[in-house]
Amino acid sequence: MIADQLPALQIVIPMLAAPLCVLVRRSFVCWCISVIANLLVLWVAWSIFKQVQSDGVIRYALGGWAAPTGIEYYVDSMNSIMLLLVSFISCVVLVYAYQSVIKSVQTGKHYLFYAAWMLCLTGLLGISITGDAFNVFVFLEISSLSMYMLIAFGSDRRALSASFRYLIMGSIGASFILIGIGFLYAATGALNMVDLASRIPDAQSQRAVLVAFSFLTIGLMIKSAVFPLHGWLANAYQHAPIVVTAFLAGTATKVSLYVLLRFFFSIFGTNYSFGSMLLNVVLLPAAVAGFVLMSLVAIFQSDLRRMLAYSSVAQIGYIIAAFCLASQAGLTAGIVHIINHGIIKTALFMSVGCIIYRVGHAHSDSLDNLFKKMPFTVTAFIISGFGLIGVPLTVGFISKFSLISASMERGWWMIGVLVLLSSLFAIVYVGRVIEIMLFRQSRTDNPQPAGMHEAPLLMLIPMYLLIAVSLWFGISGSTTLAVAADAAAALLGGYR
Amino acid sequence: MAVLGLYNYWAVIVLMMAGLYILIARYNLIKKMIGLGVFQTSIFYLYISMGKVQGGSAPILDDAVPLYSNPLVHVLILTAIVVGVATTAVGLALIVRIYEEYGTIEEDEIKAIESQEHDL
Repeated sequence: MIADQLPALQIVIPMLAAPLCVLVRRSFVCWCISVIANLLVLWVAWSIFKQVQSDGVIRYALGGWAAPTGIEYYVDSMNSIMLLLVSFISCVVLVYAYQSVIKSVQTGKHYLFYAAWMLCLTGLLGISITGDAFNVFVFLEISSLSMYMLIAFGSDRRALSASFRYLIMGSIGASFILIGIGFLYAATGALNMVDLASRIPDAQSQRAVLVAFSFLTIGLMIKSAVFPLHGWLANAYQHAPIVVTAFLAGTATKVSLYVLLRFFFSIFGTNYSFGSMLLNVVLLPAAVAGFVLMSLVAIFQSDLRRMLAYSSVAQIGYIIAAFCLASQAGLTAGIVHIINHGIIKTALFMSVGCIIYRVGHAHSDSLDNLFKKMPFTVTAFIISGFGLIGVPLTVGFISKFSLISASMERGWWMIGVLVLLSSLFAIVYVGRVIEIMLFRQSRTDNPQPAGMHEAPLLMLIPMYLLIAVSLWFGISGSTTLAVAADAAAALLGGYR
Repeated sequence: MAVLGLYNYWAVIVLMMAGLYILIARYNLIKKMIGLGVFQTSIFYLYISMGKVQGGSAPILDDAVPLYSNPLVHVLILTAIVVGVATTAVGLALIVRIYEEYGTIEEDEIKAIESQEHDL
């Protein structure tokens, strides 16, 4: 009985948790409600994932209205991964958030914070699960609007202007996506993704399809912060409450990348997007310039959050470059990196969150000899930092290795060389911070607060859970690779 | 004739470009929100325009009405209008808070204030 309704529950549970938080208003109770809702969501996502692995695609007609008339939830091996990833990261960060929120968000507004979090989760899961193009836009706006709100909770006043800038950029991106969907509807008369995919081959000659394609490309590039359109990201990541940054870095851009995959591969089809439309020519230079330049820029950032934000743009560059290969191996590498980067970047931001919790800021120059005072936090930073670089036995190695071998397979060896170059930059920017935290002698004018000690357990445990997962995925890489290869095959095969 | 016959689409293009231009070229945050509003409204017109069927009446299910316009786009735009209103509300709320904190709503002045701030 319940097993049939899982796709609806995936969205309904967090959506109901949000108003419940607003009604209850007590900070601790709201946190409990959110965590319980999120655990349920995680369980639902896991059940859906298992179901898709064993029985194949799930098609759920919302309200009993069958596909072309009603809105349909369509779950295949690709988006079941996204559902699992989003709900897992949100769950871990939410448990971690309790202590951090008490310190960084104004008391009396906590219930709004958790309500916005739940709405954002609803939106992100909705984007991942839906099989209706217009529904994607609606959920995109639900998640974005609550994200602007979450960012504005930052204690620094610059959080407000960062949030406003994100609002302007994000709304332009979402509007472009809306225009694109409109043109697609005009050209094909369908909004259901499976319908769209089957009708586009006949409508391909129409200019409306070309226009729709262009608008969707730009809109999704803004939303997923692909290199030249990443302007909103650095400020938003730096000034948002650190838990929001951890959540945002692991999920929001990844979900936008999923939408990009869905439109380019499933709906327009690989041949149209990468064959006749030459998407490579637009996306590949942007992606390559992104991961080389942004890794370089990250070296010169003194604020850890800003450094990791630029590194995020670089990682998105890797993922887009992998998509551009448009081969089974390339897509597998891209999807694996979506999972792996989601996990390690969240873990990194969580360790920075622990540092901010105790030290009060994340300025790398004054973190000297932090290892003495916060050994567990620094160890977590080092392990996930190695993951970011791509040291063997970490997840980063798996994704970079598969990306490089996929580009070699395509004969684009230059990409492999540039990935290695940008990994060298990553060694510099991560290594610089590790050097300061491990080896630099404490100065006498060190502004670290006196009597500082390790972060609370409620923050350390979720962080180490993520790191354990990342190590497990790094050592037995075949699990994620097999799942991602499955998803890549589903995307390349189109809807059946 | 073909150009004139598509006058509603010309209106869409003019509004869209005007909105986008305001959004990019104006530093005043309120004006930016106005630009965003105009930009989003032009998309609503685009959707409504394409739902119109030549000679069709309002979409009422009745034997006396043989030809009617596409009602789906209206429903979609109803949703998009709600989203637009919510975006404007969040944007204006942020502007109020920005004004309280910075004492200005000119983006260049905000940038100037921010450039003088340092973390520690």
